[in-house]
Amino acid sequence: MNKPLPNSFRQGPDVQGRFGQFGGRFVAETLMPLILEVEQAYEAAKRDPAFDAEWRRLLTHYVGRPSPLWFAERLTNHLRANSASEGLGAKVYFKRDELNHTGAHKINAVLGQILLAKRMGKTRIIAETGAGQHGVATATVCALFDLPCTVFMGATDVERQQPNVFRMKLLGAEVMPVTSGAATLKDAMNEALRYWVANVEDTYYCIGTVAGPHPYPVMVRDFQSVIGEEAKQQMMAAEGRLPDALVAAIGGGSNAMGLFYPFLDDASVKMFGVEAAGHGVETEQHAASLTKGRPGVLHGNRTYLLQDAHGQITEAHSISAGLDYPGVGPEHSWLHELGRVQYVSATDDEALAAFQLCSKLEGIIPALEPAHALAHVMRLAPTRPKDEILLMNLCGRGDKDIFTVARHLGVEM
Amino acid sequence: MSRIAAKFAALKAEGRKALVTYLQGFDPDRETSLALLRGLPGAGADLLELGVPFTDPMADGPSIQRAAQRALRVGATLPGVLELVRAFRAGDDTTPVVLMGYYNPILAYGVDGFCADAAAAGVDGLILVDLPPEEAGEIEPQAQAAGIDLIRLVAPTTDDARLPRVLQATSGFVYYVSITGITGTRSATAASLEEAIPRIRRHTDLPIAIGFGIRTPQQAGDAARLADGAVVGTALVDTLAASLDEDGRARPETVGLVLEQVRALAGAVRAG
Repeated sequence: MNKPLPNSFRQGPDVQGRFGQFGGRFVAETLMPLILEVEQAYEAAKRDPAFDAEWRRLLTHYVGRPSPLWFAERLTNHLRANSASEGLGAKVYFKRDELNHTGAHKINAVLGQILLAKRMGKTRIIAETGAGQHGVATATVCALFDLPCTVFMGATDVERQQPNVFRMKLLGAEVMPVTSGAATLKDAMNEALRYWVANVEDTYYCIGTVAGPHPYPVMVRDFQSVIGEEAKQQMMAAEGRLPDALVAAIGGGSNAMGLFYPFLDDASVKMFGVEAAGHGVETEQHAASLTKGRPGVLHGNRTYLLQDAHGQITEAHSISAGLDYPGVGPEHSWLHELGRVQYVSATDDEALAAFQLCSKLEGIIPALEPAHALAHVMRLAPTRPKDEILLMNLCGRGDKDIFTVARHLGVEM
Repeated sequence: MSRIAAKFAALKAEGRKALVTYLQGFDPDRETSLALLRGLPGAGADLLELGVPFTDPMADGPSIQRAAQRALRVGATLPGVLELVRAFRAGDDTTPVVLMGYYNPILAYGVDGFCADAAAAGVDGLILVDLPPEEAGEIEPQAQAAGIDLIRLVAPTTDDARLPRVLQATSGFVYYVSITGITGTRSATAASLEEAIPRIRRHTDLPIAIGFGIRTPQQAGDAARLADGAVVGTALVDTLAASLDEDGRARPETVGLVLEQVRALAGAVRAG
């Protein structure tokens, strides 16, 4: 990557909503006026202290923030025991966003977006969901604010994430199974966009990740940055210094962006985004868009996509429904090309192993999404000196995944 | 003069409006698709929109989504669609052909090479659903250099403040999306069209075609009377789909059924 590095990695996007060549607003004309309205409303909300105060009040008293920073001592000792020499085995910390209300980081940005939708006078909320975590978070906040909510979810995901489907229904949301394509997250997003085009007057589309047309990538990143801001303070309090490396799973990339963003200009902090390698990045069955894709345009933004030679989008695969997406947020594409963040991958099997290890050693059942991040921590920590610190975003809990995991382990439930 | 401008000028001289038809390229296969293209002008289609199949057609309803899947299954690609236009052009040098689709296949082809190759194949215009004026810089210079019109969509949500910006980036004709919605779902009311078309006319001298939700000869005639042309897509795609065998393959009557419907639509548009 022989490109000149910017003075700051925290200055994007530009007025066109671009991070370098990535991002933008590739939407149908029908949606364009609404996208511009969302942008203006978000800019105004950002400048309004009352908006921030209300969001933070909800984060504290409804979500339970700040989420703890946890020194995973037994995991650290286990990885040290597996390292090649005495001086190796970095300290592993978890940022515990799995303890949030609804069980994942998604609710941070959902609260911000629903407050925005209310400011805009929108009376109906739609969302797409893969694993169901974003759908549950959106249904939850809509229940709290008494807003009708429709969640689009691929029929394949409806099947493999039954507990979350039932949760959404309990919360009063309507779940629309999407049968087009492979019936996963990409198709759910297509269908949500189609619904939005037909209901622009009263509907706000609450996007679950740092992708989509501008301003969604920057807006969701800003809301999720609460993760990294807290983690920075907590790490200073715990260790008196910044961590040496951050590790987070990447589907669309919202939990990673939220953790990374506040640290981007801290040159000593290395960053690893972990994509889902499914059955392996050498096979056709993975979701590693940065590792194996190339830039293209889908869902309103230019970014790295899994696609064939003719620009047709190919299906992603991952054991984790939340990572099963052939694209990635545009800011990640930019950070990838600049080399600021290293993007690696973990397979289904590696994630399953990490899932089980974390459960046994730390008494924490992680979601399959952060289990991918943990798989990389398990590779990385044993190769780093003992005095180094790795901070991983444990962005969701695994209750929703126990059926999937049981099936893969051959256990009847 | 471009084929599009020449066609609208000729129609104006004849005192009639345009029937614009939409079919997906390679639906359900290359040969049927080419036979349809060749038959359309004779059945009364004045301009031909040819959909470029894409895996994720976000502005399209179920009918055109399925058409794209049928086309992709038989190996449709953007180079294949250009070849189809070339084959059509060999026998027809006047009927304008407009490619309609999404940006990513063009991006994968390479924008510079695509515009040059499309012009050489005989493509006259492009409708790129996910490329609003804000992103026009992506392809506008190359399209202009190649002499290809960029036909913009104007929607009910495009207000007076925004209209000049959209129209300034438009050439060939203006495509008025008559409903807030996706293709083939519902139809606009006459009242909404009677308000919308004069509003656009105040900002442009370009011909205006109305599309989305026009299914019947009656609706096509009404739209054509208000504007300069009517676009019919999903209704034709539905007729094509209904004529296929259980494996999604064309039957001997497929082409004839679609062209028969085009004749009825053209009759209504011409009567208006």
